[in-house]
Amino acid sequence: MTDLTRRDLLTGAAALVGGAVLAGLPAVADGQAKPAVPPRPTVPPDPTKVTGGATTAVGSRSAFEHPVRTPAGETTGYSLTPLQDLTGTITPSDLHFERHHAGVPAIDPEQHHLVIHGLVERPIVFGLEDLKRFPAVTRVHYLECSGNGRTSYREPKPEMTPQKVYGLTGNTEWTGLTVAQLFREVGVKPEAKWFLAEGGDACLMSRSVPVEKGWQDALIVWGQNGEPLRPEQGYPLRLLLPGFEGNMSVKWLRRLELGAAPWMTRWETSKYTDPLPDGTSRQFSFAMDATSIITAPATPSLLSAKGWWPVTGLAWTGRGKITRVEVSVDGGRNWHDAELQEPVLDMAHTRFSYPWEWNGKETVLLSRATDQTGYVQPMRARLLEVRGQGTDFHFNHIKGWRIRPDGKIFYHGET
Amino acid sequence: MRRGAWRVAALVVMGGAACRESVPAPQAEGPPRVEASTPVVREGPRYGLGRLATAGEIAAVDLDVSPDGTGLPPGSGTAVQGAEIYRQKCGICHGQKGEGMSTVYPALIGREPRQGFPFGTDWKIVKTVGNYWPYSTTLFDYIRRAMPYTAPGSLSNDEVYALTAHLLAANEVIAKNAALDAASLAAVRMPAHDRFVPDDRRGGPEVK
Repeated sequence: MTDLTRRDLLTGAAALVGGAVLAGLPAVADGQAKPAVPPRPTVPPDPTKVTGGATTAVGSRSAFEHPVRTPAGETTGYSLTPLQDLTGTITPSDLHFERHHAGVPAIDPEQHHLVIHGLVERPIVFGLEDLKRFPAVTRVHYLECSGNGRTSYREPKPEMTPQKVYGLTGNTEWTGLTVAQLFREVGVKPEAKWFLAEGGDACLMSRSVPVEKGWQDALIVWGQNGEPLRPEQGYPLRLLLPGFEGNMSVKWLRRLELGAAPWMTRWETSKYTDPLPDGTSRQFSFAMDATSIITAPATPSLLSAKGWWPVTGLAWTGRGKITRVEVSVDGGRNWHDAELQEPVLDMAHTRFSYPWEWNGKETVLLSRATDQTGYVQPMRARLLEVRGQGTDFHFNHIKGWRIRPDGKIFYHGET
Repeated sequence: MRRGAWRVAALVVMGGAACRESVPAPQAEGPPRVEASTPVVREGPRYGLGRLATAGEIAAVDLDVSPDGTGLPPGSGTAVQGAEIYRQKCGICHGQKGEGMSTVYPALIGREPRQGFPFGTDWKIVKTVGNYWPYSTTLFDYIRRAMPYTAPGSLSNDEVYALTAHLLAANEVIAKNAALDAASLAAVRMPAHDRFVPDDRRGGPEVK
């Protein structure tokens, strides 16, 4: 321990972490772990001639399918949703991206409580069972870390996959109750303009939220795609603020405090603020702007022949519904309306598709989303002009894929 | 920024999230119209579930500190004391000179020498307490709730005051031999205090 240097930490900590004995030092993993793909499984030459497998207690994916998140960091960090491996709009719970700031806490649901206090008539403690006795609501909403797309904005690289470009988002059917219901229970006072949401993790994650968001559409959820929340998603309880930057949907939620002004926590001052070219920094930039990404064809897949290839992807906006997605198959010279998969929901991933006949020549595929406010997803050059290269969050620029004549596909970030 | 201004900002932000054509004036009263989501229902049944929280239960978790100093506990510490605590408990991750390590353990010390808060044009400028944090109280709040990383919540209030004083002194915000308590910490004005502006994005055709 005494001989441990910072270089050791940087180079060796990931390997040493298993024996956390290293003075309990937090682990650092700079690169992204790349899990090895298992060998192709052996199956009977004719499965109709062999009795199949038995029933199982818990299902698993086909042995031929290996979608994985890409974890970075051991006790803090993120992992990315494999967008290129998914269809439809719902993100499988075990593939939903993670972002946590002090590791995933282990919480006994029977010991977990939510206390609501501050500028209220009646401060109340709720156990999980109490919360589940309220009328439940189930809604589909996306979550997106507002840092999503940062690397592709600042330093786009051809080898980036949809996961690497834009994997800090997921779309889930959440079950819980409305924050408005709990506001009624505690009797929020008129002078309350903000509430602080605090998590029960090792950094006591805390964010200030306008009280109006609580009345509008905020949820407190315990259910994720039909079962209890995954630990990485806040088990047993999280806040869910539709359309707002993901960090605010505080996980492992243990406390709401009503107050007259924001608390100016670390995560709403030194982080999650957006420096602008004019020498200011934008604060409380809650809503996520309209955006989209083509998830196929995309790196690392290959177009094996000329002809029809569906162009498909996801679009979403923090300001309501996606109203239009256009696809360009010639680098932005012409745009075509893509079909939107119904139902198109508020603050939810919307699947789009456009049938495309590839002529075998090099080209660039792009997608461009429009939302119900009339906002149109901008090119990267436009966002750079408005926000500068140093802006730290909200990277909703148009993203593209370059198709080579040999069928290879590369990320095209210079839009 | 004045606290009242943030209340206005909140209204504008919420309006921006909702309104297609009209943005509520900053002085607008009541909740902005919600178009993009489910209807706002303030009235409704109460079910009386849960139980009243005791003062003790609330005090046990109510650790937050506000920019006006609300929530700061009794106690005090000096920058000199804080430097020694930092050496023992913080430097191995953040660097003995506060220079940080990789992107995981942020740099804490350093003032941007150039004029004009140029973070927006150069993302490689490292943000530190001295050049970017707008409120001194945030430092106390965050250290107390989250640090040291492997032993959060283990510092006494005096130690948190001392560490806060050390980091502010090392960033040349307060004197090298300064002591801090609740009143003096809340009075510290940070160099970047006036750089932060409320979100002005509203949806609609304009890209901001």
